[in-house]
Amino acid sequence: MQTYKNNWAKFCGEVLILAALFTLVQYLITTGLLNQYYQINLTSMCINIILSVSLNLINGFTGQLSLGHAGFMAVGAYSSVIFTNMMGQPFIIGLLAACIISALAGFIIGVPTLRLKGDYLAIATLAFGEIIRVILQNIDYVNGPAGILGITKMTTWPWLFGATILTIVVIVNLINSSYGRAIISVREDEIASELMGINTTAYKVLAFVIGAMFAGLAGALYAHFFYIIKPETFNFLKSFDILVMVVLGGLGSTTGAIIAAVFITALTAVLQSFPAIRMILYALILIIVMIYRPQGLMGNKELSRQTFGKIWSGRK
Amino acid sequence: MSLLEIQNLNKSFGGLSAVNNFNFCLEKGELVGLIGPNGAGKTTVFNLITGVYKPDKGSILFNEKNVEGLPPYTICARGIARTFQNIRLFNDLSVLDNVKIAAHKDVPYGLLTTILRTPNFFKGEEVIEQQAMQYLEIFKLADKKDELARNLPYGEQRRLEIARALATKPILLILDEPAAGMNPFETKELMEMIEWIRSDFDLSILLIEHDMSLVMGVCERIYVLDYGSIIAEGLPEEIRNNKKVIEAYLGEEVE
Repeated sequence: MQTYKNNWAKFCGEVLILAALFTLVQYLITTGLLNQYYQINLTSMCINIILSVSLNLINGFTGQLSLGHAGFMAVGAYSSVIFTNMMGQPFIIGLLAACIISALAGFIIGVPTLRLKGDYLAIATLAFGEIIRVILQNIDYVNGPAGILGITKMTTWPWLFGATILTIVVIVNLINSSYGRAIISVREDEIASELMGINTTAYKVLAFVIGAMFAGLAGALYAHFFYIIKPETFNFLKSFDILVMVVLGGLGSTTGAIIAAVFITALTAVLQSFPAIRMILYALILIIVMIYRPQGLMGNKELSRQTFGKIWSGRK
Repeated sequence: MSLLEIQNLNKSFGGLSAVNNFNFCLEKGELVGLIGPNGAGKTTVFNLITGVYKPDKGSILFNEKNVEGLPPYTICARGIARTFQNIRLFNDLSVLDNVKIAAHKDVPYGLLTTILRTPNFFKGEEVIEQQAMQYLEIFKLADKKDELARNLPYGEQRRLEIARALATKPILLILDEPAAGMNPFETKELMEMIEWIRSDFDLSILLIEHDMSLVMGVCERIYVLDYGSIIAEGLPEEIRNNKKVIEAYLGEEVE
């Protein structure tokens, strides 16, 4: 019973910290201390966290190299906008539709492609992302290459915060369970895993569907903040951006994915002051990090209270 | 009815016939050895039984049900567990997690429970952990539970593999060269352990081994495989003196 009590205390502590964080930012926004510029960066940060944490489930934990994450983001963005802007439904319906439709897309893509391994899967998912983009360019209902303009801004801090926390909680809870261990065993040794009674295909598809679902959620939040979406926004470079965050944070570390998402977003924002050499500096920083931390910022470790505890007791 | 009955099993890779009209049976509770020179097709037979390969022809009856061509996880669920010739642990996971993964097929909670973290989840995790610890204690690995599997010494990795296989609660345990790379002392320990596992877990065991002292010491019956077919079958004493077996291993006598 001790563990239940501990868990309960831990849970309450976490809720308090998160509530404090939420209130603080909300306060800064309402009082206008956090101006438009910072709000844009904060939004990008949250969206990037959702994207990198969800891609990390597929690439880092399940070990399946997917390069089509922007494709699922596009599915989520477009389907939510169709529901909200074009059909006049409330935002929550748009978000739910984005999740459900991109999860469905993940399932449809995942079942045939997840039989492929490594490079082949990467190529198949890359192709999927491009197919989505080309299809969107050719549908007149969503204005083809011009994209949809004038999307009502509905992504506010409470929505962003809620979606980010939801993504992290679902994925962390999944990973730290028997299902999560099954998912990780696929990455470690697929044959051994299958011989220990784990239906590896089913777990690969599960991880893929959950990853796609949250990418769709991120897409919906993106669409309802930045006013405009067009197919070109979700090209393969976007997929690579997300992959960079996952690799930089450390494959198989959720905290790593979060830190990397925050880091990259902040870096992009800071580098905007040097437009001429922005991409050079960006690439240089990535190269330097990869040389000194080839396993990513966090490796496959997680940052937790235990880690802080260890550092603290190490000092004493 | 035998626990495992294999009839006319065939498997070829391209033009190479790896397993050729293989016939085999194993009674409940038996400890049977499968030996043969290198490249005789022993591991291929194991891969066919456990579903890694699909047979070209023939039938495999386990517990009176056909299992040939089923996916490995289904065969595992029916009660066959195995270890590997080249150890295949989940290297970057802890010793405890390695065993816990093997218990996943009987996971006592659902996906929704997992995500909502209801009390059932914590109860289920406790059950899984207790069971996994039992296996680790049996194999004297309990105090290394948090170490990464890759950091264990060789002999302990072998033991962990057996512990992991047992955690799937098999009826038939298949050991692929369990003594490979062990010194004579470790081999002797392993022999005792195999006999003890069989009686304590009420298992049937099928093993491949090159170490003749182990095979002759623990197996009740031995099959000898050469070029994908059985060339001899019998008690260890009979096999030791079988002319065909000696020829397969040492070559024919010169007149």
